[in-house]
Amino acid sequence: MKKLSVRRRHPLAAFVVLLLALAATGGLYATLAPADEAQAETSAQSLAIEEGKRLYEVGCSSCHGRGAQGGSDGPSLVGVGAASVDFQVGTGRMPMAQTGPQAPEKPAVYTQAEIDQLAAYIASLGPGPNVPEESAYDPARGDAARGGELFRSNCSQCHNFVGSGGALTNGKEAPSLRDVEPRYIFEAMLTGPQNMPSFPDTTLTEQDKLDIIAWLDEVATSESPSPGGFSLGGYGPVGEGLFAWTFGIGALIAVAVWIGARSTKARKS
Amino acid sequence: MSTATESPKTTADAPKNRGKAPAGERVADWADGRLGIYSLAKANMRKIFPDHWSFLLGEICLYSFVILILTGVYLTLFFVPSMAEVEYHGSFEPMQGLLMSEAYASALDINFEVRGGLLVRQIHHWAALIFVVGIFLHMFRVFFTGAFRKPREVNWLFGFLLLVLAIFTGLTGYSLPDDSLSGIGIRLMEAAILAVPVVGSYLQMFIFGGEFPGHDIIPRFFVTHVLLLPGIMLGLVVAHLILIVYHKHTHYAGPGRTNENVVGYPLLPVYMAKAGGFFFLVFGVITMIAATVTINPIWLLGPYRPDQVSTDAQPDWYLGFSEGLVRMMPGWEWVIPGGYTLNFGLLIPLAVFPAMLAVIGLYPFFESWVTKDKREHHIAQRPRNSPTRTGLGVAWLTAFGVTTIGGGNDLFAVHFNLSINAITWFCRIGFFVLPVLAFFITRRICMGLQRRDRDKVLHGRETGIIKRLPHGEFVEVHQPLPQDQLHVLTSHDQATPMEVGPETDENGVRRRINPVERVRARLSRTYYGEQAQIPKPTSEEYHEITSGHGHH
Repeated sequence: MKKLSVRRRHPLAAFVVLLLALAATGGLYATLAPADEAQAETSAQSLAIEEGKRLYEVGCSSCHGRGAQGGSDGPSLVGVGAASVDFQVGTGRMPMAQTGPQAPEKPAVYTQAEIDQLAAYIASLGPGPNVPEESAYDPARGDAARGGELFRSNCSQCHNFVGSGGALTNGKEAPSLRDVEPRYIFEAMLTGPQNMPSFPDTTLTEQDKLDIIAWLDEVATSESPSPGGFSLGGYGPVGEGLFAWTFGIGALIAVAVWIGARSTKARKS
Repeated sequence: MSTATESPKTTADAPKNRGKAPAGERVADWADGRLGIYSLAKANMRKIFPDHWSFLLGEICLYSFVILILTGVYLTLFFVPSMAEVEYHGSFEPMQGLLMSEAYASALDINFEVRGGLLVRQIHHWAALIFVVGIFLHMFRVFFTGAFRKPREVNWLFGFLLLVLAIFTGLTGYSLPDDSLSGIGIRLMEAAILAVPVVGSYLQMFIFGGEFPGHDIIPRFFVTHVLLLPGIMLGLVVAHLILIVYHKHTHYAGPGRTNENVVGYPLLPVYMAKAGGFFFLVFGVITMIAATVTINPIWLLGPYRPDQVSTDAQPDWYLGFSEGLVRMMPGWEWVIPGGYTLNFGLLIPLAVFPAMLAVIGLYPFFESWVTKDKREHHIAQRPRNSPTRTGLGVAWLTAFGVTTIGGGNDLFAVHFNLSINAITWFCRIGFFVLPVLAFFITRRICMGLQRRDRDKVLHGRETGIIKRLPHGEFVEVHQPLPQDQLHVLTSHDQATPMEVGPETDENGVRRRINPVERVRARLSRTYYGEQAQIPKPTSEEYHEITSGHGHH
């Protein structure tokens, strides 16, 4: 230590310290700095966030607030995650055309690229569920029978046994799941949009979600076989009763009128 | 086709034939010697049935019932009424490996393995819905035309019992496949039974043989559905038909149609052909519906598990009103000190449900008590000529309609973009208000129609032809009605309301009048008083007007 303390006032000491500091900084930079590629991704990500923020400010901020902190007209979006944005905007529910009990499904306003940018912006505000990989919602990977059982335990109370939809309180409703893309069904389960409870992977595992999607793919699409003929919408006995009271008895009364009018009238006169 | 007038010639020819009698005659002779069918056939083959499409509504019910028995027998061959648990390995992919009761598994097999099973199941279910629709319409016809009056009150009761039994046969049948909807329905029934004070829990144990769901309810419902109720119904149907033959059919008023005769066509050959043809048409229509429209797709509903429930879990339409009563009723509950719970949310619907049915059965006796009418009636009334009865009928239908809407409130909410709460409140208030409104509006409409009839009789039909008279006046040409229509419009009776008599006797002393009699007189006025009857035109009025306005 003595040598060091003797030379610390040497005229070159400052240069030596400077050199060492530079070497350390350079070395640390060389080991710790992100690779070039990662650097490019970050800039693309930040660009998407930037674009998303711009879209957000035009289309969403009037209800959800300038910083997505929420307000009297819309909830906070901090931490809802990219999956939520992908679902709400992708199915056209957001932006809402008007306030109401619930945002109805309608044609999407934004392109998928714009939706991704919005999702990136919202995801940058706080951690939340990400948009799932394609394999996570591939119906072919699920077990429809098990999915049906899970569906009847967790979903059919509101969505009906084949997902035809049903009413909730005060004008809200559980929408029909017929012909809904598996991706949106997955995202809805993950994020619990509007009045729906969310089913994170701790409640319904990824396999459970796949099975439910497989069941819906089996029974609730336009291609699903309907061995009994027209399905009358799959609404159960109310629709059947209406059919019996209109077409059923209507046809029979028409026949009765016809039979009643067919008489040996020619002989009578 | 031979007619009534030609047939005596052939019988007259018969004795000349000295050879061996034709085969048909020998068979008839053989049967007559042993069964005595000749007198029976003679009396009944020429039975007259009047011609009107509304008289065929009852036949729709009869034929649906026959179809139900035929298809039901086929389904019984394959159905296993057991609640034992099995694993499904049939041909329906989305149910593979699920645990379910044997009943549900065999019901799935009927759909997917048994030849024609799905079609027959759908015919059975559609025929069941249409059967009860038919009973309703048939009862409308009988009710609104007053065809339940003496001597047909008992037959009305038979028909009413058939309606009640049909509803319960439907309920038990709906419950048999042990699918999700079946089980939810049975669960609601169990809850209603449990809501009965004091004996509820005992009744529940007695019916289910243990805690819900147990292993007994499906086999018990099976026996009830395929044996007990249809057996009683078959007996009642036969009794109903025998009484129709005994009373003879009612007919609508017309020239030559009196209270003492029946004008129409004979059973053989005309009605046999008509009715037989109608059977096949009914069968054909129902089969066509069953072949094209799904009913109760049990393969999509899944096996019943008490922990699973679905929205759109409604009963078939004829019990929709009971479902509605439960949905409309606020969930009131009293806990009596001592810890006993009275569940009014189910108890009151459970009381109103049979009451709504019972008033149908009792109405003929009520009306004959009010009107003191002890005469026989064989001419069907026009609904407008009995406004109070028509009003009461429409009021009942309104109450039934409101409760049925209440039973499907969720579907109405979704499909008409309404709030389910608003619909429920509409039904709660409407159940009390709308029938009253419907009663008065219907009566007003009936009165208007009576006035119109009176106008038509006195002034003829408006032709729409406007004539200008020489002095410039415009008149519309009225065409006098033909004689037969005049008869139809004026042939009904108009009774006078009952009077309780003067308040005091001849000495000025206040008479004792039974308060029940006062009520009866008041009710009688609503049936026959000024606000229920427009005096029909007399022949003097008619002649006076027609002679005065001859140029019309």
